[in-house]
Amino acid sequence: MTAMGDAVLEVADLRVEFRTDEGRAQAVRGVNYQLHRGEVLGIVGESGSGKSVASMAVMGLLPGSARVFGSVRFGGRSGGTELLGASDSEFSRVRGQGISMIFQDPMSSLNPVYTVGYQIAEAIRAHHDVSRAAARKQAMELLEAVSIPNPTERVDNYPHELSGGMRQRVVIAIAMANRPEVIIADEPTTALDVTVQAQILEALRTAKVQTGAAMLLITHDLGVIAGQADRVLVMYAGRVVEAGTVEEIFYTPRMPYTLGLLGSQPRLDERRTRLHPISGVPPSVIDLPSGCPFAPRCPLAAPVCEAEEPPLAATGSNGHLSACHFSDQLAGLEPGDLFRPLSRDTAS
Amino acid sequence: MRDRELPVAQRSQAQLVLRRFRQHRLAVSSLIVLLALVLLAFVGGWLWRYSVADLTSDESVPPSWAHPFGTDAAGHDTFAQVLRGTQISIGISVLVAVFATVIGTVWGATAGYYGRRLDTVMMRIADLVLTLPLLAVAAVLGHNVGGSWWLIAVVIAGLYWAYVARVARGVVLSLREKEFVEAARAIGASDARIIFRHLVPNAFGSIIVNATVLVSVAILLETALSYLGFGVRPPDTSLGLLVSEAQTAVETRPWLFFFPGLFIILIALTINFIGDGLRDALDPQQTRVRK
Amino acid sequence: MTVLQPVLSVRNLVKHFPVRGRGLLRRRVSDVHAVCDVSFDLYPHETLGLVGESGCGKTTTARVLLNLQPATAGHIRYQGTELTSLPRKAMQRLRRELQIVFQDPYAALDPRLPANEIIAEPLRIHGLYSPSASDSIASDSCGRDKVRELLALVGLKPEHGNRFPHEFSGGQRQRIGIARALALRPKVLILDEPVSALDVSVQAGVLNLLADLQAQLGLSYLFVSHDLSVVRHVADRIAVMYLGRIVETGTSDELFSAPAHPYTQALISAIPLPDPRKERARERIILTGDVPNPANPPSGCRFRTRCPLFTAQLTDPQRHRCTTEIPPLTDHGHGHPAACHYADLPSLSAVRALREREGR
Repeated sequence: MTAMGDAVLEVADLRVEFRTDEGRAQAVRGVNYQLHRGEVLGIVGESGSGKSVASMAVMGLLPGSARVFGSVRFGGRSGGTELLGASDSEFSRVRGQGISMIFQDPMSSLNPVYTVGYQIAEAIRAHHDVSRAAARKQAMELLEAVSIPNPTERVDNYPHELSGGMRQRVVIAIAMANRPEVIIADEPTTALDVTVQAQILEALRTAKVQTGAAMLLITHDLGVIAGQADRVLVMYAGRVVEAGTVEEIFYTPRMPYTLGLLGSQPRLDERRTRLHPISGVPPSVIDLPSGCPFAPRCPLAAPVCEAEEPPLAATGSNGHLSACHFSDQLAGLEPGDLFRPLSRDTAS
Repeated sequence: MRDRELPVAQRSQAQLVLRRFRQHRLAVSSLIVLLALVLLAFVGGWLWRYSVADLTSDESVPPSWAHPFGTDAAGHDTFAQVLRGTQISIGISVLVAVFATVIGTVWGATAGYYGRRLDTVMMRIADLVLTLPLLAVAAVLGHNVGGSWWLIAVVIAGLYWAYVARVARGVVLSLREKEFVEAARAIGASDARIIFRHLVPNAFGSIIVNATVLVSVAILLETALSYLGFGVRPPDTSLGLLVSEAQTAVETRPWLFFFPGLFIILIALTINFIGDGLRDALDPQQTRVRK
Repeated sequence: MTVLQPVLSVRNLVKHFPVRGRGLLRRRVSDVHAVCDVSFDLYPHETLGLVGESGCGKTTTARVLLNLQPATAGHIRYQGTELTSLPRKAMQRLRRELQIVFQDPYAALDPRLPANEIIAEPLRIHGLYSPSASDSIASDSCGRDKVRELLALVGLKPEHGNRFPHEFSGGQRQRIGIARALALRPKVLILDEPVSALDVSVQAGVLNLLADLQAQLGLSYLFVSHDLSVVRHVADRIAVMYLGRIVETGTSDELFSAPAHPYTQALISAIPLPDPRKERARERIILTGDVPNPANPPSGCRFRTRCPLFTAQLTDPQRHRCTTEIPPLTDHGHGHPAACHYADLPSLSAVRALREREGR
């Protein structure tokens, strides 16, 4: 693990609220993390956990109806910049040069009326004073770096002439264009087939190695996290409920929710066994009850869990954090020790 | 978290819809106002001491106890005329809305559901109907069938169903690709059942909005026809006819214009709000309760 | 298994979709070869997994099996009855025995009907429902109690039957879809990506439910999915599809311990394992390119355009065979059939060779 001093992105007490007809929705409720130079930080969670809203807040891409609190500091070569409440021009400077983004749907970042080569070249020329020809040459190199076959031809293709996987690789090439310090990838492979997903993950690795950027990888796929991330944050109901190295999270989880997720996942390397689902459904972020939001689904829940929401505190080895009153009791437990292999769960 | 409620008795779908409709206050009050209007027009018209054709000795008097809505230059009691006009206008508009909606929905949903050639043929016919110059056709037919209000309604409906058909087809075309339609087919539902139990109810929101618009259109169209002398003819009257006749008197005898105009607005508005309420009540995903 | 008669038997199934021109006549310009010469058997009480990526024809196969779309050619036999030529009336009767669960729990339920009505719908259609028949007497018809029973069977609270689909979570909706499919007491259930739209913690509950229902009701499942880890978990036998054809089939264990077709190998190696040490130690076969357009599939072996064997290991005469000759589904010494001319070549080395050539 890297030292604390070299954080390129520092998120502190990030909170996001939406006003809805039914009430105040607390989509993100106090998220803290540091992204260190060169590392891959995975954020994993199910739908509604707030993982995507939290990263959209970091990128300044939430709609006006969202109220964002806390601090997001981008501290790179250009010196520390507070991103929350930054002006549009400051933001676009940071976005191009400091932080690049990759989304689930590549078409949301590509302009359908320009060729991909033009779009990559534009991304380069927006921040660097180079000739068109030089930018085009760089664009071809970038396309080659992300393993697009025949880059000399593909550079003149329009986005609609490419397959989904190829478009996503173009987006990665654009993200690499200005050698960013941070790449934020939000569900970059979710819409893709597995064989294409493997290609994209490979391209992401290339992007990371070639630019030396730190990466924030947001996904619901535990397998992707296991293969790519150095450190992992597990999110549930708008909070980080467990944080640690990838090995800590997968081999010695200290939060019942993480254990439940691992027990629910059918695995390719194991023969048919009974899965251990988590009973119930995630809580609505409107009118969250007091106490631990996982308590209604948690087999360890005790009166203290409903009274008091556990803080994210150190547990087990150094740097491993868990938000559970009973995290120490989880040492050495398997999912099956905690969760029953139910199929009919009338609790929800 | 949502499980605080106690087990409740099973309710039929109609009860659920009714309950949701009752929560829509604007629609409920509109319904009350409209019912009051209908009652006033049909029962009140009967009880009121003057009828449409009666000529009183009071000419051009402003509203008073004897003539709540005043009288016109010939001595007709405006209240009696407005009541009669309301009868006719409500009758025409409701008939048009019902006819046009039923025919248009069945036509459009059938075309949209089956698609391909049947769709092409059916929609070409609908397009043909749409190209007919409405006013001219209505005028010719109105002239020949002469003055009978329900025939006018049939003529208007016969031309307007094609609009509804287009709307219904469009909605059904997008709905039929949904998996629940395939699910219905997989459990063995017949085409008719798929169309009328699954597709039409889901298209209802757009259709009902259209139907309420049709009501206003029908009132205005009847007005135009009456103005041109092809609609309802004196001594019988309609709200449209009253308004058009009073046009010249707006400055001198405003009550002649004001009261029938107010009734037209009331009818059109209340029916629109009732339509809103119906649409929301039939759409289970509409959770917001309007006050 | 050899003595058992299959409940569902599919032979040389073909499904083409016409691609029509834009003009007034909408002439047929070409065909999308969605399903091409597919054959398999489904035995009583077993789960057959039909696996492949998007566009491989697995979902179309499921639809064609239920006669939701007509087959272009081939035979589908359900307990001896030929389905492809069955009159509509007779097919309606058979729908009681063959049912389907759809992928998207949001789209597959009529948003205007409460759960009770959705589940009662198949009973009504087949004339089995009368709301007054509250006691399940010997009569064939059944009422609200049957619906309550079905809700309980899939793990939902019967008193939630009045709720509309949008008031349920994704997993609960999928359970309603399963209850609807079970209402007619089918023998065969086609599960079309039944858990793909669900979060992992919820998906596990539905998978357990499907396993329990199979044991309880003696169902046969055709489990269509793109997710090999899920299929590995539920299926007894697996058929892998690529671009409309079955490229490999065998028992779950055979397929995962000794995958013979290069596509199966690549597919297995591409699935990330939720285990950091194993995942990082794996040798990954990364395919190049994308799935070709099914309106214009490659000649010969349809996988050859992305095949690591084809690109890195085969000689030109061998390649010629791949381009000209459609590989039959035969056993190449793996104990189960695969549709590859060179399935007996050692394959992982092919990948290594490819990687070395590319200097990675």
